[in-house]
Amino acid sequence: MSSRIPHIASNTFREAVRDRVLYNLIAFAVLMCGASILVGQISIGIERLVVINLGLTAVSLFGVVIAIFIGIGLVSKEIEKRTLYTVLSRPVQRWEFIVGKFLGLAGTLVVNTFFMAIGVFLALLYVSHRVQAADGWVLVALYFIVLQFLIITALALFFSSFSSPLLSAVFAFSLFVIGSFAEDLRGFAAMAQGVAHWFATGAAYLVPNFSSLNVIGSVAHGQGVAGALIFSETAYAIVYAAMALCGAVLIFERRNLK
Amino acid sequence: MTAIEIRGLTKTYQVGFWRKRPKCALRPLHLNVEEGEIFGFLGPNGAGKTTTLKLLMGLVYPTAGSARILGCEINDPLMKAQIGFLPEQPYFYDYLTATELLEYYAQLSGIATKDRKPRVSEVLGRVGLPDAGGTQLRKFSKGMLQRVGIAQAILHNPRLLFFDEPMSGLDPIGRREVRDLMEELKQAGKTVFFSTHILSDAEALCDRVAIIHQGELRGVGAVADLTSSVESKVEVVWLGNSVAASLKTLAPQCHVTGDTVRAVVPEASQDALVDALRRERLHIVSVTPLRTSLEEYYVQKLKPSEAAAGVRS
Repeated sequence: MSSRIPHIASNTFREAVRDRVLYNLIAFAVLMCGASILVGQISIGIERLVVINLGLTAVSLFGVVIAIFIGIGLVSKEIEKRTLYTVLSRPVQRWEFIVGKFLGLAGTLVVNTFFMAIGVFLALLYVSHRVQAADGWVLVALYFIVLQFLIITALALFFSSFSSPLLSAVFAFSLFVIGSFAEDLRGFAAMAQGVAHWFATGAAYLVPNFSSLNVIGSVAHGQGVAGALIFSETAYAIVYAAMALCGAVLIFERRNLK
Repeated sequence: MTAIEIRGLTKTYQVGFWRKRPKCALRPLHLNVEEGEIFGFLGPNGAGKTTTLKLLMGLVYPTAGSARILGCEINDPLMKAQIGFLPEQPYFYDYLTATELLEYYAQLSGIATKDRKPRVSEVLGRVGLPDAGGTQLRKFSKGMLQRVGIAQAILHNPRLLFFDEPMSGLDPIGRREVRDLMEELKQAGKTVFFSTHILSDAEALCDRVAIIHQGELRGVGAVADLTSSVESKVEVVWLGNSVAASLKTLAPQCHVTGDTVRAVVPEASQDALVDALRRERLHIVSVTPLRTSLEEYYVQKLKPSEAAAGVRS
């Protein structure tokens, strides 16, 4: 890897921290404390289920919002403010800039998720008063959430490389919503006939399949996740994010920075 | 050795939302800048100076033509390690302190870890910000940001420097300091290519200048050579409180101030005017040749109305 990419990534991480992005952890901590206390009082026997569902969904939503709203500005803000000029006039290739930005935001999201995961486990400990073997599957669900973040970050960066921040946010969020129903879309494609079949199949495989990366429900019910699924979803997320990143690089390489 | 070699560099943008139409920002530009010289790139606002610099920095791509910098292609990383660039009205990551910003740029420029901190301190001192290293850039004034911009351009000790309007936002002392810095860079064997529309700076600093207008090169050469092509003028001052009709034909532009009259005439008309003044028995106070300035050459190369909008001397 180029020696300049880690520097660009660490500066992106520093920017997120200085822009108080990690302050969302305070909101998350308040949410988890409140939910744990409330659930402890109103739920009988399903405290763990509620806390895992609520906690992991909150981790996912907080992360998606950060990935989209920071990701869409990673390139466009640098062009608009012209901070990019003094970076690209150095021995920095455009692809290194894009990859560095991606890794910086991905790193921010991993750190953010790590602290939120601590919050989820503390809330679990509060409601069940002990650590269970099934809690390990929560880690797998968190890992899948991080894989989702990688895809969304790459998509936000892809849209940011050619459109305005507002449009990028709309595109990225739309893909997140559609991708969350990707399995339904595939089901529809299987039932459709003729042109609609081909169109729906194409769309179903083009949008990111976030529904297969969502194992929150099964983990909340204490069910495990197969090793083969972990492997295939990891490969899927890496390939999808890499393709989106390649698209961003290809567009950005040709772009005039007016 | 030729530091910058521009061969027919052209840039046309497509403007308009529905119906795209071409807008030529730079017509085929041919230019050579030799190593070790200070080269001024002059022109009014919107002339194509920044477009040329962006093309040379690889920030925009040419529609046609090519350029080589220090013998390398524009996007060669090895070449980029040897150049420094100050953009027009620079803006930096304002969440960083000046020291953090320069350390980041030092990392990107490949400066060795052990050399980074001393080099950053050195350049901050060089641009007059020795005590501002720990301050976040969002608290900096426009002039201080310009100084940081110059610091980041010279940080990695480049062979060739590109400055886009380096005096912009600086007070008179700051302008003088930047001029001194550019002189020092030249003494150290560096090449400086800078764009400006402040002609007095160019005249004081440059070995050679090029004048660009509406994306087209209008003239290039040493300041003395360019100004010598402009017709010389003399200032004639005599005693009097009015101008006779016979004199007005020889000196159409006369200014009467108290009991003296001042006229600026082409050198060729000097003898005829002096003879006429003697015939009128008027007392001549002085006849002074006027030094032809770069401004006069510049104005000659541009239409008067357009030059007036762009020139500040």
